[in-house]
Amino acid sequence: MAYLTNSEQDIKEMLKVIGVDDFEDIVKNIPEALRFRGELDLPAAESEFGVQRVGASLAAKNQLFTSFLGGGAYDHYIPAVVSEIASRPEFYTSYTPYQPEVSQGNLQSMYEFQSQICTLTGMDVTNASMYEAGSALAEAVLLAVSHTRLKKVLLPETLNYRYKQIIKTYTANLDIELIDIPAADFIIDTNALQEAFTDDTAALIVQHPNYYGFLENMETAAALCENKKALLIHVYDPVSLGVLKTPGAFGADIAVAEGQALGNAQNFGGPYAGLFSVTNKLVRKMPGRLSGVTTDMDGKRGFVLTLQTREQHIRREKATSNICTNSGLLTLTAAVYLASLGKKGIQDAAQLCTQKAHYLAEKLFEIDGIEPVSDAPFFKEFTIALPQPAEQVIAKALRYQIFAGISLKKVGYPNHLLVAVTEKRTKEEMDSYLSMIKEIIK
Amino acid sequence: MYTKLIFELSHEGRVGHVLPQLDIPAQPLDSLIPKNLLRETPADLPQVAENEVVRHYINLSNLNHHVDKAFYPLGSCTMKYNPKINEQIAALEPFVLLHPEQPESSAQGALELMYDLQEYLLELSGFSGISLQPAAGAHGELVGLMLIQKYHQMKGRRRNTILVPDSAHGTNPASARIAGFTNVRTIPSDIRGRVDMDELRAAMNEDVAAIMLTNPSTLGIFEDQIMEIRTLMDSVDALMYMDGANMNALFGIVRPGDMGFDVMHLNLHKSFSTPHGGGGPGSGPVAVNNKLKDFLPVPLVVKTDKGYAFSENLPNSIGRVQSFAGNFGIFVRAYVYIRMIGREGFPKIARHSIINANYLRKRLSEAYDTGYDAPTMHEFVLSAEKQKNKGAKALDIAKRLLDFGIHPPTVYFPLIVKEAMMIEPTETESREMLDYFADTLLTIDKEIEQNPDVLHNAPVNTPVRRLDEAGAARSLDVNYYKK
Repeated sequence: MAYLTNSEQDIKEMLKVIGVDDFEDIVKNIPEALRFRGELDLPAAESEFGVQRVGASLAAKNQLFTSFLGGGAYDHYIPAVVSEIASRPEFYTSYTPYQPEVSQGNLQSMYEFQSQICTLTGMDVTNASMYEAGSALAEAVLLAVSHTRLKKVLLPETLNYRYKQIIKTYTANLDIELIDIPAADFIIDTNALQEAFTDDTAALIVQHPNYYGFLENMETAAALCENKKALLIHVYDPVSLGVLKTPGAFGADIAVAEGQALGNAQNFGGPYAGLFSVTNKLVRKMPGRLSGVTTDMDGKRGFVLTLQTREQHIRREKATSNICTNSGLLTLTAAVYLASLGKKGIQDAAQLCTQKAHYLAEKLFEIDGIEPVSDAPFFKEFTIALPQPAEQVIAKALRYQIFAGISLKKVGYPNHLLVAVTEKRTKEEMDSYLSMIKEIIK
Repeated sequence: MYTKLIFELSHEGRVGHVLPQLDIPAQPLDSLIPKNLLRETPADLPQVAENEVVRHYINLSNLNHHVDKAFYPLGSCTMKYNPKINEQIAALEPFVLLHPEQPESSAQGALELMYDLQEYLLELSGFSGISLQPAAGAHGELVGLMLIQKYHQMKGRRRNTILVPDSAHGTNPASARIAGFTNVRTIPSDIRGRVDMDELRAAMNEDVAAIMLTNPSTLGIFEDQIMEIRTLMDSVDALMYMDGANMNALFGIVRPGDMGFDVMHLNLHKSFSTPHGGGGPGSGPVAVNNKLKDFLPVPLVVKTDKGYAFSENLPNSIGRVQSFAGNFGIFVRAYVYIRMIGREGFPKIARHSIINANYLRKRLSEAYDTGYDAPTMHEFVLSAEKQKNKGAKALDIAKRLLDFGIHPPTVYFPLIVKEAMMIEPTETESREMLDYFADTLLTIDKEIEQNPDVLHNAPVNTPVRRLDEAGAARSLDVNYYKK
């Protein structure tokens, strides 16, 4: 059988060393009533060649069309160098750096990742990742509540509804009050926001660009938080920070993002990496691992996991979070991506997204029947109103081999379509999209 | 040794990856986005050419210990071989490039794979309902505990106590607190390394929501009092959670669902051979019996007349715990592994991993205290207390092992064994590798008698030597740009 190294002859000799005649002698303390004596109802073992065919036939049942899908996962280009490095077994077959002397590769790349995300976001400290954006945001809520010792958290309607659902699940059994903030024209209704702030508000979450793609009135939101001494939790798009003002510049206390866009594949929803940054005042309460600089016995620079007393393996029920395994390999990918693009490339990527998204939006609004839904500016994603249910348009678009966007029916707008444009979309693809939409809605 | 930081390689004006030219007319950026929302100074990311990036990371990669290089017997982490075919199939474009919200009709292969994986995991664990959503073991624990909260809530009561044996992983008590249980009560182990039943009986009351057990325990010992524990829990309608970190020992021997557990998580990155990625990503599906089935997170993958689909039709679901349906890339690897191992193979995995552990334990008993007098399952815990008395602690032994090219076992865990060294060889290690490890530990024991300073000064053959951890926490430098 595959992957079993020792032969039956080896096993026989090993049993002799152990001092038993038979394997059953080792497990005889397991009560017979608990033993599984049947045959597992699983397929028979395949050969590697056989399983390759199984994999290929499943893969063939999936379709890859020109994608205008976003909503938290984006079709950005992944440079070849990124996939090459991430597929090195030196990285992917290692584990959490419990022994720093033989984990300097991982620890240093964690440190570099943390630093890169800090310069991107303007935040003081970034951990070495959470699972993905939604659950990272839920942990940000827990951190804000524990830091302020207040229990009200403001949750705007313009936040990705998936993230909202996760926060609701995480806080269902905790003494935390979630206050919904309505939207006006698909951005936060600032009047309603102002009214919702009270002296016991722990934090406000602002997603910017928001779920509908639009940019929020960040200055107003930040000023309100400042005024009421509430924490500002800023959910951002890492690629957008090639052009947009940073969470740090807006005075965010916690910044959270989905790291998928940084060189990680869409992979049908995971694995992704939650980016989690804080200001210095929150560092000792933040969840997740941190790699820090130190020196070895000979005075040589090296890296170790630091501030581990926050973590579950030391603090157990008093830990700031239960997170253990995180998204190590995806932070490596993000670090290689950011190093490859560099100072210029991240600006170029953000510029390309902005220009292309605006090209497509402007041309769409020239089509009879397509309406803009907000005057708010946007980055690479925007919402349009269609003259018919978005689901119908999406279904018809499959015939053109195009994924037209995401229907907003789930959040109460059946005729609205969320459209994302990354740097990968060419003029030709966008022009095909435009003529397709014209044909479908005429 | 390679010592450069990527930032130290940076030179103004160098570029790595070059993006495509804009193929539409450019507009001034501030005509598209108002100036007050634009960044004033660009992120100070490193400026390095592509081959410099490659060399940097290749040099870094050489500083890591990893499964493909040598033995990695980290207890409870199941550092088994990660088959290459898993990686090859998981890298197929029609998997990798799928968007989580593309129409279900265009992702039938992915959904079928997830559906079948659900079925396989249910068969191996003996449960009736499963969610693939949790992203790691600790995430699975959290979900399991949320399901337990929901169970009691649906019965119209609030319970605050979770019982956790003193041998449990640190994530267990931490997860219980985050799931809203305010009283995490530790149950001591008895002299056999199992749950002390008198202590457990004394802890039972109407506030107990559940007990979390790892079976085999972190001591590598099979908890044989499961039926008695079940009866005790039933007496107050409390539930039983199983931490599935050690599932590798049980395949085809016992099924947690049959044993009487109500809920468990499985670590696909342990028992199901998916790589550990330098600390993740993992995947921690949660399997449950009928008591908890209706509360599982949504979406689930279902089979309908029209094909495979996501279903959110579970009115009493606890909700969503991550943005999409789970770590799909990991599912592909686990699926491929299950198809390679097949129905006859799983019992052999348990058998070989248990024999490897008992073989090592026997060989090491010559010089080390092997603790509890019970046959071990897939892992075991040594105590280096004897060695400590001779002049070198478990930590020193661990550091000395590095000089021999071996990753040390998990040390100082479980907390109930003094100078603990927790060893899990897995089924994929050869007898020669086990012998090399045993011989090395026996040599190290002799070194302690002759000159313990060899251990105090270890390691000497690694890229860096012992590092100042206290210093790192004292003068915190976790961001190159803000030292």
